[in-house]
Amino acid sequence: MAEIAYRDALNQALHEEMARDPRVFLMGEEVARYNGAYKVSQGLLEAYGSARVVDAPISELGFAGLGVGAAMVGLRPVIEMMTWNFAILAMDQIVNNAAKVRHMSGGQLRCPIVFRGPGGAGGRLSSQHSQALEANYAHFPGIKVIAPGTPADAKGLLKSAIRDENPIVFIEGELLYGARGEVPDGEYTIPIGKADIKRPGTDVTLITWSRMLTAHVLPAAELLAQQGINAEVVDLRTLKPFDKEAVAESVRKTNRVVIVEEGWPFASVGSELTDFIQRECFDDLDAPVARVTGLEVNMAYAANLERAIQPSVERIIESVKAVLYR
Amino acid sequence: MHSSELLLTMYRKMVLARRFEEKAGQAYGQKKIQGFCHLYIGQEAVVVGINEAIRPDDMVMTGYRDHVHPLVRGSDAGMLMAELFGKDTGYSKGKGGSMHFFDIEHHFYGGYGIVGGQIPLAAGMAFASKYRNEDRITVCSFGDAAANQGAFHETLNMASKWKLPVLYVVENNRYGMGTDIARVSAEPEMHKRASAYKMRGVTVDGMDVLKVYDTVKEIAASIRAGDGPVLLEAYTYRFRGHSMSDAATYRSKEEVEQERARDPIIKLRALILKNRPGTEAQLDAIDESERKTVDEAISFADQSPEPPLEDIWTHGLVADGEPDEMPRARVRGATDVKWPSYPTDFKVTWDLEPREAPAPAPSLKKKGAA
Repeated sequence: MAEIAYRDALNQALHEEMARDPRVFLMGEEVARYNGAYKVSQGLLEAYGSARVVDAPISELGFAGLGVGAAMVGLRPVIEMMTWNFAILAMDQIVNNAAKVRHMSGGQLRCPIVFRGPGGAGGRLSSQHSQALEANYAHFPGIKVIAPGTPADAKGLLKSAIRDENPIVFIEGELLYGARGEVPDGEYTIPIGKADIKRPGTDVTLITWSRMLTAHVLPAAELLAQQGINAEVVDLRTLKPFDKEAVAESVRKTNRVVIVEEGWPFASVGSELTDFIQRECFDDLDAPVARVTGLEVNMAYAANLERAIQPSVERIIESVKAVLYR
Repeated sequence: MHSSELLLTMYRKMVLARRFEEKAGQAYGQKKIQGFCHLYIGQEAVVVGINEAIRPDDMVMTGYRDHVHPLVRGSDAGMLMAELFGKDTGYSKGKGGSMHFFDIEHHFYGGYGIVGGQIPLAAGMAFASKYRNEDRITVCSFGDAAANQGAFHETLNMASKWKLPVLYVVENNRYGMGTDIARVSAEPEMHKRASAYKMRGVTVDGMDVLKVYDTVKEIAASIRAGDGPVLLEAYTYRFRGHSMSDAATYRSKEEVEQERARDPIIKLRALILKNRPGTEAQLDAIDESERKTVDEAISFADQSPEPPLEDIWTHGLVADGEPDEMPRARVRGATDVKWPSYPTDFKVTWDLEPREAPAPAPSLKKKGAA
């Protein structure tokens, strides 16, 4: 096991998959000569040349659609969005073409493509650059949505995503690129759709994904442990399809749930999880499902406001205590 | 010179297209076809001229006025009609309908319902051809109004910069739904926009199938030779409304009558009779045979079953090991289906841009200078 940064884990995944499969190419803004806006594609141009590591113009809809077309005829594009905020311009190609060609063609076509890039708050970037948009994509049939929170998961899941036969929205944590963690040596993949128990516990289930895991949820669990509350942390990793068995199993064990997500509360991944839990685990619950989310406002620039708008260790602990009636 | 065979083939395909659309229009009136339904009547010369000028394995796609593009490539008329009827025997098993025809066996990559949304896809298909060093080209049609979409501009820029083997065809029928294209376009002559992307822009009379054929023959050769993409503007006219629900009151009676006088089928028929050994009897026989083909297509669609309800759940996500559907094998039991397959092991030799020159070695002479 080597300890490496999240960006380097992603870089390893791209390197390994591009070496393994000539159908894989990477296209996006600044991915080639600049080595990636976040240096995820460091060294790839040199290794694979300019047809496989392609600097695209600032035309998100255009190059997202180009990727979809290439995927329809046998290539395996990885389309990097400099941020998922910019990908809003490409949403038509992702949801109207990538997610629908197999269906509309009655199964004649498939679209094995990965759209990847950073999501969530980046730190003092105000409204247009601080959005956690996973729920938008999770809404559409025909797409899988992945949001890894650790370097090891990022690498293993990106490799699986590139090998998958379907369109994948792969949301990286903008503030996670420098985060370090242990990554297994050698070849490995992580199956799409499997959650991971990042901390076993008995008293309450904390469900989360992406940056919230290490930024707030695990630290909150440690503080709770000091107060004698043993929290289980379920890292969903894949948001669609999410791991229903893992969620239900944890709820059966702890009987109490707090869902922590960076995004807004309305029609979100957390609200969907809440619906699932109340339907499938109703008899196991000892308290209503609680949710800690980003506040229902646009992101502010000021440091104190930005902090207050996002989930925090304090808000998580408060919610845990509420579901424990303490 | 055009061979008699070519002229008769073009005539046959245009008649087939016309009959197919007329019958589809009738079936719409009988509520056998519902939803949006955009007929190609009047524009046949564009698609037929292009199709005869390209190779059968070149890839074709268009927007939602898409019935005729696959038909003239050789798609099964009955299965296309069945798709319009929402039947299990349709190319997409009744999941696509009028706006989403697909026949991958005949390299028809789809009808798309978001105006201009297919334009980037075609660049991607052409990108794949160049990436694998194949000599296939992609032909992507869209209407005049689609040229005002961002997708058009974003894609033409990339296609030209990377010299992708793609032919973009503006089927300019002068109206984006009910809006005269000149009313909403600062530059309504769409081919001129090509120059902004250092791309060749060409015009052709889209009511004359031979002119379309000759023009595309030359363009396709140049694209195949690696000269980069071309924007072809074909001036055409739809004799009917935008869709079945459009009475087309925004066009004057005189205008429509003037255009109907330029009917490409009548024009080709007259030419064949004037210059060729094609006789009235021969052409009448073609008319009769295509009428029969379409009548059979209608009864096939009529008699086909609706898709089973459990099909709601198929073709969402591809499961591990799930094969692609081959419609003609599934519906007709065809054993001669040639399905496109793509290599998984190959070497990419294309350099999309020149490799960056290595940084010059630091000069020793300058050491310590300044």
